[in-house]
Parts: sequence; C-alpha cells; structure tokens
Amino acid sequence: MSDTRKIAVTVNGKRHEAEVESRLLLVDFLRHTLDLTGTHVGCEHGVCGACTVMVDGHSARSCLMFAVQANGKSITTIEGLTQADGKLSILQEAFQNNHGLQCGFCTPGMLITLSEHLRDNPDPTEEDLREVLTGNLCRCTGYQAIVAAGLDAAQKMRDANAENA
Amino acid sequence: MKPAPFAYHDPTTIGDAVALLAQHESARPLAGGQSLVPMMNFRYATPDHLVDLNGIEALRGVEVGERLTFGAMTRQRDVEFSSEVAQACPILVEALRHVGHRQTRNRGTIGGSLCHLDPAAETPAMMMLHDAVLTAQSVSGARDLPMNEFALGFMTSALEPGELLTQISFEAWAPEHGWGFEEYARRHGDFAIASAGVLLTLDAKGAISRFAMVIGGLAPAPMRLTDFEAQAISATPDEDFIKAASDAASQVEAMDDAHVSAAYRQHLASVLSARALRRALVCARERSLHHV
Ligand code: FES
Ligand code: FES
Repeated sequence: MSDTRKIAVTVNGKRHEAEVESRLLLVDFLRHTLDLTGTHVGCEHGVCGACTVMVDGHSARSCLMFAVQANGKSITTIEGLTQADGKLSILQEAFQNNHGLQCGFCTPGMLITLSEHLRDNPDPTEEDLREVLTGNLCRCTGYQAIVAAGLDAAQKMRDANAENA
Repeated sequence: MKPAPFAYHDPTTIGDAVALLAQHESARPLAGGQSLVPMMNFRYATPDHLVDLNGIEALRGVEVGERLTFGAMTRQRDVEFSSEVAQACPILVEALRHVGHRQTRNRGTIGGSLCHLDPAAETPAMMMLHDAVLTAQSVSGARDLPMNEFALGFMTSALEPGELLTQISFEAWAPEHGWGFEEYARRHGDFAIASAGVLLTLDAKGAISRFAMVIGGLAPAPMRLTDFEAQAISATPDEDFIKAASDAASQVEAMDDAHVSAAYRQHLASVLSARALRRALVCARERSLHHV
C-alpha cells in the first residue's frame, strides 16, 4: 500500500493542491503533476543543479526534496522568473544577449541560482559569481558566457534601481 | 519513482520524533536531505519510515555567548550568515563556505552533516577542533557525548538506534585567538581530499599559550594532533615550529582510495597544515596588537 499525503503548494504565485505519494520527488511533482517542465532533471542525486528551484526564497535542489516537504511552501521555478507581462526578466535577457546558453539544459538552474545571488548581492565580482555557480554544471558554454550574463544583469539591475530611486 | 516506498512522518516536537524512532525499527531521521536523499534515490538507503525533522522548531537556532550552541537542524546557511558566529568563531564560517554549494547549504544542516560523518566533511572537523559536546536524545532520556567519542569511525557515529542528535555546543575561544583553515578539493564544493584547521592563542611574549589542530580527510574521522598540541604549549612559533606541525600532520595514518593515494593525502596534510598555522599566527599577532 502506498503512503500518500494531501499537500498544498504555491508555485510561481499559484496555489496547487494534490494528493501525492510520499516518495515523489519535488522535481517530479513539478514536472509530471503540474506539467511545469521548465525545471530540468539531470543527475537526480544533487550534483548537477539542473533541478534548482527557489523554496521560500532560497535556492534548493528539487531532486533532493520530497513533494510532501513542500507542503505550505512557496516555490519559484524558471516559469516564474518572467515579468508579469510575459517579458523576459533582466537576467534572462542578459543570458540571451551574452550567449549564456547553448543547449539550455542547465539554464533553468543557472537562472534560479543567479536570481537568488543577485537579489542578495547586487554588486557581485566575477569571483563571487564563479563561486556561486559551482553548484550548477554546464556541459556546453564553458561558463564564461554565463558569468558575463550574470555581471551584465547585475549592472542592468543596479541601473534600473538607480532610475527608480 | 526513484526512492523505494516509505511511510512519511513529520513530527513537530522532539518527543514525537524520538517516539517514532523508538516505535519503528527501520526508521531514519531526515534532516536537510543532502546526503540521505541521494542515497535513497539510488536505493542505497531504503528506510521503511522517514521521520522528517524539518518541522521541529525546537531543533533550530544558534546561541552565541561563552558557548556557541546549535540546534541540530540549524541550516548551514544560517550559521554561514550569522554575524554573531562570524564574530565569535570565524573559522567555522570560513569552513562552512567549503561545504557543498549555495543550494545545498540552504538545506543542509549542522546536525545532519555530523551524523553522516563523511571523513572529509568540514563540520565534523570543526566540531572536533572545538571539542564540541553533542546531545543525543531518545525516549529514555538525553546524554552528552564529546565529539571524539561521537565520531566512532568511517561514517559511523556513536548514536544508538532510536537516538536523535538534538544539540551541539562548544566553548568560544578568547576573542584574540588566531585561526586558520585550509583545504584542497578538486573542485570547489567537492569533499576535500585533505583539510587542516588551527586555533591558537599567544601569550605576552608571543609564545603559544593554547593550541588545537585538526586534520580532515586522512583518517576515517577527523583527527586532532593531540601529541603535538601538548608539545606546542609555551613553544616559540618560529619556522622550526611550523615544520614540526606540518611533519606531525603528515604522519596521520591516511586512507587510500581509487583516486587518491594515502601518501598524497599526507603530503597535502603537511602543506595545508603549515599554511593554516601561518595564517593563524598572522591572525593572532594582528589581533593581539589591537588588544594592547
Ligand atoms: S537533478 Fe538535481 S542536482 Fe542534478
Ligand atoms: S547550455 Fe548546455 S549544459 Fe549549459
């Protein structure tokens, strides 16, 4: 007999209720139950970072959490990064402009990790970005363009904040 | 689905958690999940009952005074970003920055890392360095264990079945203490091949008045250099002293594996311990200048 639970999870601002098996991983819940396939599954054991999502504002590997543990929590996935009008976020645009992706497999995790980092550290050095990106593997870009995108986005976000101030 | 089926429990009190552990023979506590869940995904670990500790408020929190006290479920990030810990025990913050990655430190816990007890992990090495006392609780009560008795061997703690690690605490060193931590890993965030941590204080003449040194990654559990530490008291910390420390570090019996030979681990231990010690000395001298 399988062990199931009723859970309520807010994903990208929208509340979802579901009955899930206890052993269902959060990443599989997002992809299979909610059809949010933007979050990728690479290694399924916490090494690659492709599955990175935000849980209550902090990045986490969704292959290392059970969906039942997300009960009552607020999750942000790559689908939640775009602006309300559907436009790309500053960070997403910077990835496009700096060729920060090739195959795109690592990109959802890269974007979540960098979104958290740029929120907490608006003026990062290249070294800061390289360190925080150690948790996300990319097999295509050699990271150079991803770091460039991160620095570019940080600058544009600071400019936007200065304008609004 | 990757993990084998299990019954999920999410107690909100320590009492309920230890009752569940007592009740079910094949139950495992789930802390941050950064080591246990990969093992479950591979089905290396197939507990019938999973006792999720993430909802137990009483297991969280950091207190900084004469002693530093951590609830076992305190997340690594909470210690990493605590300005009080940074003030009282900067070496712990520096060592934690080497633990995994941002995303894993956001979930991973102090107690989880101690119970997993990887020989190269930074948290066990830091607790060994500080002579931490660990509190284990079960339905029959609580007991305190010093870290060197808690770490029994290769990934093996002294916790008995049904016992839960609830709290870790250690005495803060004097504010003018010097510290140094060094490790070498192939990639940032990987488990270190070897690491070295040093704490020391100097007397008014600049001789060593208190000294502790730990080597991680070589032996099955982090090792204090107790013999050398005893000799270090009152020593003048000159080049010969640094050489003696690094020789002592290189004599820790080291493990071999498919990637790294024991001799290489010992070589790293000797280089890293000299670096850590130099840093600790510079730090202590600077700090004692400020205290004059
Ligand atoms: S799929 Fe989660 S870290 Fe690789
Ligand atoms: S763009 Fe292909 S893995 Fe990063």
